[in-house]
Amino acid sequence: MTVEEHARRYPEVWRRFSPRQTLVRYAWYAGIVFVALWSVRQLEIPWLYFLDAHVQAADLLVRMFPPDWAFIEQVLDPLIETIHIATLGTAFTFIIAFPIAFLSARNTTYNDLTWLIGRFILVTSRSVNTVVWGLVFVAIFGPGPVAGIWAITARSIGFMGKLIAEAIEEVDEGTIEAIEATGASRLQVLWIGVLPQVLPIIWGTSIYRWDINIRESTVLGFVGAGGIGIILYSSINLFAWSEVGIIIISIFVVVVFSEFVSAAVRQRIT
Amino acid sequence: MSSPPVYPTRWKPPSLISSPAARRGFVALAVLYLLWSFGTIEVDWSRVSRGLPRAADLFSRMFPPDFSRWELLVKGVGESVQMAFVASFFGMAVAVPIGLCAARNLAPRPIYLAARGIIVITRTLHEVIVAIIFVKVFGFGPLAGVLTLFVASLSFIAKMLAEDIENMPPGSLEAIRATGASFPKLLVYAITPQMLPRYLGVSIYRLDANLRHSTVVGIVGAGGIGQVLQASFNRYDYDFSLAILIAIVALVFIGEFFSAWIRGRLR
Amino acid sequence: MLTITDLFKRYPTGQRALNGVSLTVDLPQVVAIIGPSGAGKSTLLRCVNRLVEPTSGSVVLDGIDITKLSRRELRRARRRMGMIFQEYNLVERLTVMENLLSGRLGYVGFWRTYRRRYPPEDIRMAYELLDRVGLTGYEDTRADALSGGERQRVGIARALMQQPELLLVDEPTASLDPKTSRQIMRIIVELAQERGTPALLNIHDVVLAQSFADRVIGLRAGKVVFDGAPNGLDEKVLTEIYGEEDWSTTAARGEDEDEGGKPPRRRGDMESEAAVG
Repeated sequence: MTVEEHARRYPEVWRRFSPRQTLVRYAWYAGIVFVALWSVRQLEIPWLYFLDAHVQAADLLVRMFPPDWAFIEQVLDPLIETIHIATLGTAFTFIIAFPIAFLSARNTTYNDLTWLIGRFILVTSRSVNTVVWGLVFVAIFGPGPVAGIWAITARSIGFMGKLIAEAIEEVDEGTIEAIEATGASRLQVLWIGVLPQVLPIIWGTSIYRWDINIRESTVLGFVGAGGIGIILYSSINLFAWSEVGIIIISIFVVVVFSEFVSAAVRQRIT
Repeated sequence: MSSPPVYPTRWKPPSLISSPAARRGFVALAVLYLLWSFGTIEVDWSRVSRGLPRAADLFSRMFPPDFSRWELLVKGVGESVQMAFVASFFGMAVAVPIGLCAARNLAPRPIYLAARGIIVITRTLHEVIVAIIFVKVFGFGPLAGVLTLFVASLSFIAKMLAEDIENMPPGSLEAIRATGASFPKLLVYAITPQMLPRYLGVSIYRLDANLRHSTVVGIVGAGGIGQVLQASFNRYDYDFSLAILIAIVALVFIGEFFSAWIRGRLR
Repeated sequence: MLTITDLFKRYPTGQRALNGVSLTVDLPQVVAIIGPSGAGKSTLLRCVNRLVEPTSGSVVLDGIDITKLSRRELRRARRRMGMIFQEYNLVERLTVMENLLSGRLGYVGFWRTYRRRYPPEDIRMAYELLDRVGLTGYEDTRADALSGGERQRVGIARALMQQPELLLVDEPTASLDPKTSRQIMRIIVELAQERGTPALLNIHDVVLAQSFADRVIGLRAGKVVFDGAPNGLDEKVLTEIYGEEDWSTTAARGEDEDEGGKPPRRRGDMESEAAVG
């Protein structure tokens, strides 16, 4: 083997990417950075604000502490209302999302039209944020927890319906075949063949969504749809930071608690 | 076998909760809760009962959607998109160190706890609450919105990153450590290649989520299309509201499609 | 009893699974259907109870042409045919008893299904069958806690709960180890003989087919190429069914080689075996 042959067979240079690939990659990076910087420019951010941001933030924290513990009496009722909004909203969702999920699953729907209707409901529900739903329902029912419950329900239907429909579509075909082979009716196949397979997923997503809904319902009050958001909004507008402090702490406790409960229950179910 | 066995003719499925008393108690508790929650919620029934006709009125006033002020619409949507993009970009960058610190198998305990603390606190408060506080500190406008979405992206991506690193198979980490590599080398050679696809996927997903959330933070005055929507609702300008809602749904749709497409290509 | 005439099946993909199958089962016997993968064995079984709709031809069970029935009549016909599957196809999250009772679904109304209240005679039959397949005491166990062999026993019991006039058995042992396979085959064959129920049984394993079936049908490319007694399976026939290969160890009496010359066991042995398994 000559020296050249040896060098060709065992080169001293090895690159993971070809120069062209590298170039394309860096072009992508540059493009992304460029778009980000351009967006920052377009947003006309008042950079001067950042100069005293740390002073402002420190000031805010100082004013939040010590929290106004006496205020907790006024926090308790709205806090309970917040939990109620989340729970009742989730309960309604459970009832409504169930049939819609069966409509939107390819293997349990009646025909293409019903499938389309089901999918349409799910997509609409999911694309609009809970707070925006809150705006709509406050316009309909007036301010108060009823609007909040419906806002939660309206948004959660899409979330739960989609997950349940996916679970139904992933049901074991063989089991369905076996139940059909016994001469069972369509309803019996759904009840004995499909339902036991998706039930744990239905419970799991309900609990999971309940936990999300607790978090969502803390802000519904900003648009007047009940719960703790109402007093949080008014305290912030009055710059009563010691009250804001206590409200945020209480929200924190409830959200962490609900997350804990939800995780514990879901672990037991599966 | 001497005599044919006698088989029972009754069978009941075993219940999830074995004791019947506990089962009934559970049901009673649920019913009580429902009664209590309905009882404590203050409802102005006369107002609610007027809801349906009002809804009909509302929807009739929403139709047809009014796209005549499309410049305002495009400006709002554009602002939302820019907010989402900027927030995702910076969130993605800052999430890396925090995510690394929040991985139990990499960081020393005090740093791990501190990083986890940041993630938990920022994750627990709803975006809109964070937004309203930023609005109070920085004033109305997109800056508050960008900061809100930035904080949300930061904690989301950092949490995912930390969990991925924790779930990483320890073998390759050990192998690279065994070559005598230092921590930065470990980062470049063992962690990055394994984490990069997931990290990019999560970031793209977050861009999509930011797009969706950018439409709401505006409701408390943090810029974007949400601010336009809130203003239109306050002015009872419902036909414009519907136009905005349609624009939001379209935006969310495009964002979801785009994110699914990119994530598909990343694999 | 069962007469299949000129059965054709063509899938929407254009694949022709059955190319004019005709066969008659008029004795209470175990009929093994053998053939290479893709020969149409599964399709043939599923055309009998119309889990797969045949393209043309007829399937007549006791004078009723299954292929011409309406949905409602088909459900009535299906409950007369018990089916056993390769992947057991139990409802994993239900108890063994519920899985057994699901064999009665064609006979009970929806309300009873909903409440899980089945007639007492069904329950007694279920307990008896549990005993018979060697799963005494398993009624409250969930199906997903069982081993493969135990699941197939439940599958067999479920099919027999229908008190079928015909058993359709689709690769009952393909997911099981050799020992369990033989146990399962023995249970199926004994129960079929005991009750005088004919069984149509798809099977991959030629040796198993030879040792347990009364009659073997060879299927190739959707056509019947052999129909006769198991001892007729010589090298020439196997080559015709499966194609060129060295069949000298499989052909003739495979039983001697596999079981080491032990005589085939009969009822009674099975129970002791079930108690161990």
